[in-house]
Parts: sequence; structure tokens; C-alpha cells
Amino acid sequence: MSPSSPSRSGKDRPWLFRTYSGHSSAEASNELYRTNLARGQTGLSVAFDLPTQTGYDADHPLARGEVGKVGVPIGHLDDMQSLFEGIPLDRMNTSMTINATAAWLLALYVATAERQGADSRLLQGTTQNDIIKEYLSRGTYVFPPEPSLRLITDMVAYTVDELPKWNPMNVCSYHLQEAGATPVQEIAYSMANAIAVLDSARARKDVPDEALPRIFGRLSFFLNAGIRFVEEVCKARAMTALWDELGRERYGVEDPKLRRFRYGVQVNSLGLTEAQPENNVIRIVLEALGVTLSKDARCRALQLPAWNEALGLPRPWDQQWSLRIQQILAYETDLLEYGDLFEGSKVVEARTTELLTEARAELERVLEMGGAVAAVENAYMKQRLVESHTARLHGIESGETTVVGVNDFIEGAESPLTAGDEAIMKVDEAAERAQIERLEAFRRKRNAKEVETALANLRDAVKGSANVMPASIACAHAGVTTGEWSDTLRAVFGEYRAPTGVVVREPESASEATEKVRQRVHALSEKLGRPLKILVGKPGLDGHSNGAEQIAVRARDVGMEVVYEGIRLTPEEIVQSARDEGVHVIGLSILSGSHGVLVVDVLGGLREAGLADLPVVVGGIIPDEDAAKLREAGVRRVYTPKDFDMNRIMDEIADLVGEAHEAG
Amino acid sequence: MIPPVGDRGEAADLAERLGAGDRAAISEALNLVDDRRPDRRARALALLDGLERGAGGAARIGLTGAPGAGKSTLLDALVRTWRGRGETVGVIAVDPSSQRTGGALLGDRIRVRAGARDPGVFFRSMAARDRLGGLSDASRAGMVVLASVFDRVVVETVGVGQSESDVAGLVDTLVFVAQPGAGDLLQFMKAGVLELPDVFVVNKADLGAVAERTRGELEAGLGLGERGAGAWTPPVKLVSARDGAGIDELADALDAHRRSLEATGELARRRRRGRDAFVEASVAAEYGRFGLAALGGREALRRRVDADPDASAFALADALGREIEEALRKRGSGSA
Repeated sequence: MSPSSPSRSGKDRPWLFRTYSGHSSAEASNELYRTNLARGQTGLSVAFDLPTQTGYDADHPLARGEVGKVGVPIGHLDDMQSLFEGIPLDRMNTSMTINATAAWLLALYVATAERQGADSRLLQGTTQNDIIKEYLSRGTYVFPPEPSLRLITDMVAYTVDELPKWNPMNVCSYHLQEAGATPVQEIAYSMANAIAVLDSARARKDVPDEALPRIFGRLSFFLNAGIRFVEEVCKARAMTALWDELGRERYGVEDPKLRRFRYGVQVNSLGLTEAQPENNVIRIVLEALGVTLSKDARCRALQLPAWNEALGLPRPWDQQWSLRIQQILAYETDLLEYGDLFEGSKVVEARTTELLTEARAELERVLEMGGAVAAVENAYMKQRLVESHTARLHGIESGETTVVGVNDFIEGAESPLTAGDEAIMKVDEAAERAQIERLEAFRRKRNAKEVETALANLRDAVKGSANVMPASIACAHAGVTTGEWSDTLRAVFGEYRAPTGVVVREPESASEATEKVRQRVHALSEKLGRPLKILVGKPGLDGHSNGAEQIAVRARDVGMEVVYEGIRLTPEEIVQSARDEGVHVIGLSILSGSHGVLVVDVLGGLREAGLADLPVVVGGIIPDEDAAKLREAGVRRVYTPKDFDMNRIMDEIADLVGEAHEAG
Repeated sequence: MIPPVGDRGEAADLAERLGAGDRAAISEALNLVDDRRPDRRARALALLDGLERGAGGAARIGLTGAPGAGKSTLLDALVRTWRGRGETVGVIAVDPSSQRTGGALLGDRIRVRAGARDPGVFFRSMAARDRLGGLSDASRAGMVVLASVFDRVVVETVGVGQSESDVAGLVDTLVFVAQPGAGDLLQFMKAGVLELPDVFVVNKADLGAVAERTRGELEAGLGLGERGAGAWTPPVKLVSARDGAGIDELADALDAHRRSLEATGELARRRRRGRDAFVEASVAAEYGRFGLAALGGREALRRRVDADPDASAFALADALGREIEEALRKRGSGSA
């Protein structure tokens, strides 16, 4: 096509380039951010560590092993100021992956901007702030649904006037796909989620009717882009249409600009493979196409994972490589010179319409149930997701779904990229200690009276109906810590445990392989005198329970009695329930990199309880070197993402139980 | 008279450790009474026989209701309340087993957190095994073990008809948890849920009018129903496990029911009926109609059970089972 062609419309501005990052400490992360910005990244995406996400100070017992692991620890205003040292917030666009404690981290951000002398009306960025998907997939929730929804609505109501360029909430379909959602479920459940927030805002007395269209306009989405990238194009187009329809029909938003479907993307990390990890670069490129090709449904911000995420933490170089993908796509190719490539495409239009029709029907079902919150509490959505995820994994196991290097085309030359100890990033083990020391020093220098007053005002706001934001910003300035802010809310709201969704329908029939393992388990149970009983749970603060749930479901399907303990367990709780429940084996799942400390604590606890013979297996993102250490410490098997054959895992678990029985 | 049964020695040792509140012993005992290997069964029988005839004081409570009614959250709140009053609690949570694979997901545990670090709370989940919607023999055995250690024992099951009557035979006080708006009066009556429970709970009172309406329907239904002209009128309690409203009153109502049972002598009668029903169900499940016939039929079995008011359910079931096997063996050799 010639440059003068009418289809060429001058070059569009590219989306924001981001990299989800943060680790060890505020200082270390600040250095990383500045390097990334110097290399051409155009926005920031802050990853917080799990104690920050779940509202604990670094010295809390539940924080043990987790400080600085999956993101940066932010315990107070000093940390937040260090994180953005030398980065003027009135000129930055910052996305923060924060949910249960989002109001607090936004308060710290605003306070930091104020100390920088920035006008908060200029602050641009996003707080993820989507609690529904935390209950369904990601697991870093703290409070029950209703008070959580109130916190979100407080932020929506506050930002619409005070931080008019801020996106108070990013409705996440990303984590729904990770939990197994089909495109239809992704569309329907994320829309149901947005409706819950908008309805809640509409019902509030302190939100004037005239603000609703602006609020609608400030809600943005966070999508996943999987490898089926043609369908992903259709999904984004379907969501664009459905959002416009909702704005018009349900909320009476007249300005089409305010009805625009704005979304950011992280392409699929779940589909990245541990086997032949270099292939992930190709996957990432194709997935990026799914959300950039269609101009009418193009993402506003894109973050690409690193190719080696299934192996461990990526190094700066790995992240840089992903940034280069974006730069080449936006600056070297001609993509941004054209209008929408799919306008008039019958194929894309047909698939989009199909997705829309099915998604509308599923959305209607959820709304009839009472909406997203009701469908969390009755486990409807979670059960549908676990079912879809089970079906997806069955596809990979049976070979119906091809995953190159994993279940097909497995043989190949050794990759030079993964050689050596330096192939992944290691978090400095001293980071936790250093963070606790900084916290202690911070506590010593603050004014105790001011802290007390600020917390009392916060408590009043939380108990009453005042917006929590002003009181939280005052807390930030006064020197309140993340743990103190969260404890104040915990005392008023209580804590929540979400339904697990593992009690799903059984498959109509089992595969031959599953049936074989079931017979084996049955025979072993006869020998044991009672059915083989397994405990499945997740120690630590990591809430990504999708893997543990799938193991629990398969264990049931091969005839085991499964005690599914869910997330956020201390080693002590795991040991106690292993004994009280009388299980034959324990399966632990950890994805936060805190396996070293937590698993060793469980093993020690078992020895003390006289249960040293109870076999323990561990699954998660565990580098080879760590796996060897775990086995040395007494873990009987270590499973990583390359172990996709769950029947083999079940068979090995039966082996271990059989051996322990013979020996006992 | 049924003589003491089973392997006394080891059982006595375990019973002693249970008496001392040894937590590991509770778990060992629960494993033992669930074990089907012949040598273990003999030991388990001895243990259970001793415990059942010895244990009387613990309050046995059944908690049942449809999935989604909020049983686990309610149990969590109740456990906290009892602990606050200084009482210890053992819980058995029963979940259904797959009829096809025998597997089971015992997932409720994650919602009951009250006892995570508290030595005064013990939690064991169990699969219903082969009884459709009902309780396996292991539930009774488990309850007897826990009743020998804790002040209260709660058996939690999903209510789907059959299990209510199974649980009713196992406990002193049966609590039915209703889901607000889940059904009109007719539905409750059809499901037969109005007949057995001693206390009704409408959870999720925070839902407001819907919960009030459900309470009204239950109260109206109870007024219509035919219940024994006893001293006890089942109360309908409106609670919110979520914000704790009404939980104290519910705990008081459970105590009041227990006092009423004791005052009227109904407690002993009820436990006796429960024992008898267990023996009958257990023998029938194990040996079927032929087995019952070998004893001379269901009526004969009842007479045998009646004749021995002091024996434990376990010893009775075991003795009758051996008798059936003997009779069948004789018949087998006679016809050969």
C-alpha cells in the first residue's frame, strides 16, 4: 500500500509501555524504575510485595519469608517517597497493582505527591482496586465483600473530583482468564463486576447524579491476552461494544467519549512455559498483537511479561527484552499508520457477535442472582471458573490442545539462554531484615500522638459513613504504617474467607489414565484401612490458588478424600490440621518465591509433632537450585509448571503414601 | 447381656490419653475408629464401647441446612461464642462423597477459622462415603470420640432430606439453618424439614425483609405441624453470622433446649432412640435383608436391642453382626 492511500491516517500515538516490576526495597525498585524509564518505558507499573497487598507490616509473623519477594515492600510514607525519588509524580502515569489496601496505597501516593509539591489534580494513573477478582482468583483480599465494595466506592467518589485524571479502579478480566475463564466468562464476569461498583456508586448519597457519567468514564479495565490472538481481537471488540451499550442503556451516559472502553493489558503469564522457555518470546509477541492490531479496540497501556517468568524472577535484561518488543511493534512496524484493520471483516464480526450474545446471557444470569457480590458468595462464578480451568488442563493432558515444547515437539537442542546460575534474578535474602530495620527506625522517629489521633479519626470515618480517603491521607502524613492502617479496618470490618469453588461437578467420565490411577488409589486405600486422605493448602500470603484447586479436584477424581485448606496458612496451622485431620500426605503450593522459609518451617513442625514420616510434596514456581534444597530438607517431590500431567503426580503421591505405609 | 468386646489393652491406653486431653490421641483415635482392617476394628470396638458407655456430659449438636445457607460461617461464629464462654468444642464436618469415584472434597474447612490456633477447638472433616446424602458409621464413632474430650460436639452436614434424620439420631439438639428467601412454607413442609429440628436459624438477617419473611413462614409452619405435645417449642432464631447479631441468643437457645431435655428425661430417651436406630441401620447396611431375616426379622432385632438398654451401639451392632454371620454359616453348611 502506498503512503498516499486513504486508509492511512497519519501515525497514531502508541499505547503506554509499562513493565510490572518492583522487588526487595523501595530504593532498589526506584533504581530499576529510573533505568527502565531511561530505556524508553513510558509509564510505571508497581508490583507490591504480599505483606503490603494484604495489609501487614514487615515484622508481622504472616509476613515471614514474603517481604520484598513478589514486589516492593511499602510500609509507610518514607518507603513511598523513596520509591518515587527523582520521579515527578505530576508528570508520571503510574499503575499500582493493589486491591484490598488500595485506599491506603493511594493515600500514600497522594501524600508523596503533596510532599513533592505536585498538584494532585494532575496525578495520572490507576489503582487496580478490583476485589471481586481477588475472591475469584488472586486471593489477596482481606475484608468481606460489602465493606470492600464500600472502600472502592469511597475511592471512586473521592477521585472523581479530587484526582480527576485518576482511574480509581481497573476492572480485571486478566485474573479471570488465569483462573480458567473462557472469553465469554471473562467478558460477562468483568462487566458484572463493573456493574456492582457503578450501582454502588449510584446508590450513594454523597455521589451526585451528575457525577455518574464522569465516574463511568473513569472506570478502566485490565485484560489478559492469550495465545488464541484472533479470538482475543474479537474479545476486545466485544467488550468495547458491551461497555458502550451499558453506559448508554443502564447508566444513561450521553457523551460517547465517556463511554469509551479504556483498558490496559498484561499478556498471558499463565501460558508461558517452563519447558523451552525461549519460545515464550514468540508467544508474547503474538499475544501483544491480539490487543494492538485492532485500532478501535486497542489497549491504552501494555505490559509484557518476561520470557522466563515460569522459571523464577526475571532479571532487568529479561524485562528490557520485553520492552523492546513493544518499541519495535510501535515504532518500527507500520501498525500505527492505519485505521482499524478489521472493519468490514465478516469473520471477525461474526465471532465478535457470537461472544457478545453468549456474554450477555451469562451476565444476565449473574445479575439475576443478585449481581457479582452474590455470585461470589454463592460460589457460582468461582465454580464455573474451576470447571473451565479443569477442561483446559484436560485438553493439554490429552494432547487435544497443543503446547509446543510441553506436550508436543518436546525434543530439541539445549537452550543456551537458561544455562548457569545467573539465569534468573535472586532476591537478596537480607532484604527482609533490612526492611524491618527501616520500619523500626521509622516508628521511632514519628510523633506517637499524631499517629494516635490520625488512627482515631480513621476509625471514626470507617465506622461511620465518611469517605475513608481524607482520613487515610492524614494517616499517611502522620506516619501510620501499612499494618496499622489495615488493622484499624480489620477491627471494624472483620476478615473474610472466600468460597473455594472446588466443589465442582464431576466430569461425566474419566479418561483411561485417570481411571487407572483411581483403581490404584482404591487398592491402596484398602491396604491403608481407610481412604487415602490428602491435605492441600497454600502456606504464606500468596493467594494464587488456581493450581492448588486443580490438584484438589484431580485428587478427588482419582478417589482420594481431599482436605482443601485454601490460602494464607501459617506452617503451624498446616501441621495442626495435618494431624487433626489424620491425612496420609500433604501437598503444598507456593508461587511467591517464599518456599524456602515456609516449607522448611512446615517440615520442622511435622518433626516436632512426631509426624516426620508424613510425606510432603510441593508445587509452584521453584527454580531447580531451590528444588534441590527442598528435597534435601525432606520434601519428597517438587513439581513445577512443566509437570502438566496431573495423573502422573497423583500416581507418585500414591507411591509415596504406599512407601510410608510399608515403612510404618 | 452383651459382654465387653474387642481388644481392651491398647484401647484402654488410648482412652486414658484421651481422658488426659492429649491432642495426638484424639487424632489417633479418630483414625483408628475409621480403620477397616480386622485387627484395628477389634481395637476400635473396644475403645468405642468404653467411650460410649462412659461419655454422657458433652452436648451433641447437629447443624444442617442446604448448601449456601451459611452453615460454616455460622459454626465459626458459634465456636467463637462458646470459646468466649470457656467451653471446648469438637467439630465433625461431613461432606458428600462421589458415588462414582469414592473421592471427596472436604472444602469447608477454610471457612471455619475460629479454631486455627486454639487447643480448645478440634476439627475433623469426613466424607459421607457410601451413604447417599447421609452419614457413615464413622460419623457416630467420631462423635463418640470427640464427646469424650470436649464440652460440645457439633456434627455439620449438608441437608438433603436423608441426612436430617441420620443426624437427628446422633445428636441431642438438631439445628436447621434456613436460607432467607430460599423457599416458601410449602417447600419447607414438602422437604419435611419442619418435623425434626429443635432449633431453626434464619441466617443472613442482614438481608432484612427477606430474612424476616422466612422467619415468619417457618413460625407459621411450626404452628401448623404435628409435633409431640412436649415441653419444647422449636424457636426460630434470626441471626447474622456475618456481623455476629443474634449469635449469643442462639447459643442461649441451644442451652435452653439441653436443659429442657434434661428436665423432662427426654435426653436419655433420645439417646436411646438414636442408639437403636444406629444399630438397626448399621446391621441393615452391612448385611441387608437376608441378614435381618437370619435374625428373625426387623421386629426380632428391635426386641434384641430393647432387651439390652446399657450396651453401646457399637457392641450391639457387632454382636448382632456376628450372630448373623454365624446363622448364615450354619445355613450354608446345612444346605451343602
